[in-house]
Amino acid sequence: MQRALLAGLAMALLAGYYGPFVVQRGLSFLGSGLAHAAFGGVALGLLLGVEPLWVAFPFTAGVALGITWVQGRTHIRGDTAVGIFFAFSMALGILFLSLKREYTAEAFTYLFGSILAVSPADLWASSVLLALTALTLPLWGRWAYATFDRELAAADRVPVILDDYLLAVLVALVVVVAIKLVGLLLVAAFLVIPAAAARQWSRTFSGMVVGAVIVGGLSVVAGLMASYSYNLPSGAAVVLLQALIFTVSALFMRRI
Amino acid sequence: MNAAESTARIAVEVKELTVRFGDHLALENVSLSVPHGAFVAIVGPNGAGKSTLLKVLLGLVTPTAGEVRVFGSPPNRVDPQKVGYVPQFKTLDRTFPALAEELVVSGLRRSWPVRIAKEEYEAARRVLERVGAGHLLGRTVSRFSGGELQRVYLARAFVRRPDLVMLDEPATGIDMLGEADMYRLLEDYQKETGATLLMITHDWEAAYHHATHVVVLNRRLVGFGPPERALSERCLREAFGHVGHAHGISLSFGGGDRA
Repeated sequence: MQRALLAGLAMALLAGYYGPFVVQRGLSFLGSGLAHAAFGGVALGLLLGVEPLWVAFPFTAGVALGITWVQGRTHIRGDTAVGIFFAFSMALGILFLSLKREYTAEAFTYLFGSILAVSPADLWASSVLLALTALTLPLWGRWAYATFDRELAAADRVPVILDDYLLAVLVALVVVVAIKLVGLLLVAAFLVIPAAAARQWSRTFSGMVVGAVIVGGLSVVAGLMASYSYNLPSGAAVVLLQALIFTVSALFMRRI
Repeated sequence: MNAAESTARIAVEVKELTVRFGDHLALENVSLSVPHGAFVAIVGPNGAGKSTLLKVLLGLVTPTAGEVRVFGSPPNRVDPQKVGYVPQFKTLDRTFPALAEELVVSGLRRSWPVRIAKEEYEAARRVLERVGAGHLLGRTVSRFSGGELQRVYLARAFVRRPDLVMLDEPATGIDMLGEADMYRLLEDYQKETGATLLMITHDWEAAYHHATHVVVLNRRLVGFGPPERALSERCLREAFGHVGHAHGISLSFGGGDRA
């Protein structure tokens, strides 16, 4: 439980930090797409008999780069690019699992998430990602600037294309780290719902980030405790709480 | 005047500029040079390449052929602090949570502020008050009217004291009083700093009355020079296929009643 709580708080911090970028850039579907892409990586790991997350990291990061490239290079909208990679990776995942002859119950852990499945290696992965994120803190201002207005930022020499790739890869890594805890079906909620709830009462973008981290943190602690006490699926408990916070925010907070 | 002095007096130099996007020819063989301190209005029909020209000068679009110099350097080498850009305010993402002063400070820092330092806030306050938008301090931009946004964007451009201000249809969507105010603010800024202004507009009359130079564009350069010459009936007809309401204006051009 303690391990799950630590992993959950790390997740709330990471998803709360990146979520506002995802939401304000209109990339809410990206979280879902990357989670399903991670399934391809997890399945490949299971097939090869290696730790699935170590395969899912490069696999999902690769898909994130692919989505960003397709968005920048072709005349299709971002959600279409996500949709293509989403389906492609899921198809690969299903194919990989079918190639593995014996029944793979472990795959379900990744689909739905489990507190018990969080290993010390997962905590290490979260810590490394937190450290990586801390290293990118000086880039927050230019990322936020480009999120506000990409053209203004580009005119001021912000390397917007490079930053698109960097953000996409970091979001992909967050998604992979979160999968064990929340499950890939619900992981996108971590990126989207706390940020969307915080938007209801934030007057500034930095305030929205702080709000998203707080909403994420509260929902993780309360959700995991409920999950532990009543034997509920952890991911579902956390996400339902997030949805509740969003609903209350949307109903009772004056949108600013 | 020697060559160096001559170059120093030119703010923007465009030589045989051609821009192609795939099969689409956006600009063809455009050449012009804008002296320091000019107020240039860029007019032309939709799809004439006006915004493309501005984007080339901002370093956002790479020319297919030709050469462009801003203060003697390629656009992407110019110190961004020397250039202020006022985009069309209708492109603003109103879902983004931002205060007026944050938008202005982003112009100062060229980055989005996490926290605003006291001196940055003071700089934002001074420039917002100057453009008649002091009352917008502490308010979120998502609820601003077109005129209010336009003032905040002007403040954002002015705050870095640029030598060149580029504006993309700044009067679209604001009322006549707001438009008159905007031209007064631009002219005041220019008087004070000697800056060069480049403005895309659909308003020939405003171009005639406020600009020192007019560029008439329709992918190719149709006319460039003082408004009386560039906005001639021949140029307008060539660019737009008609002279529309401006026919009446153009008849009065000879009257020498420029503001």
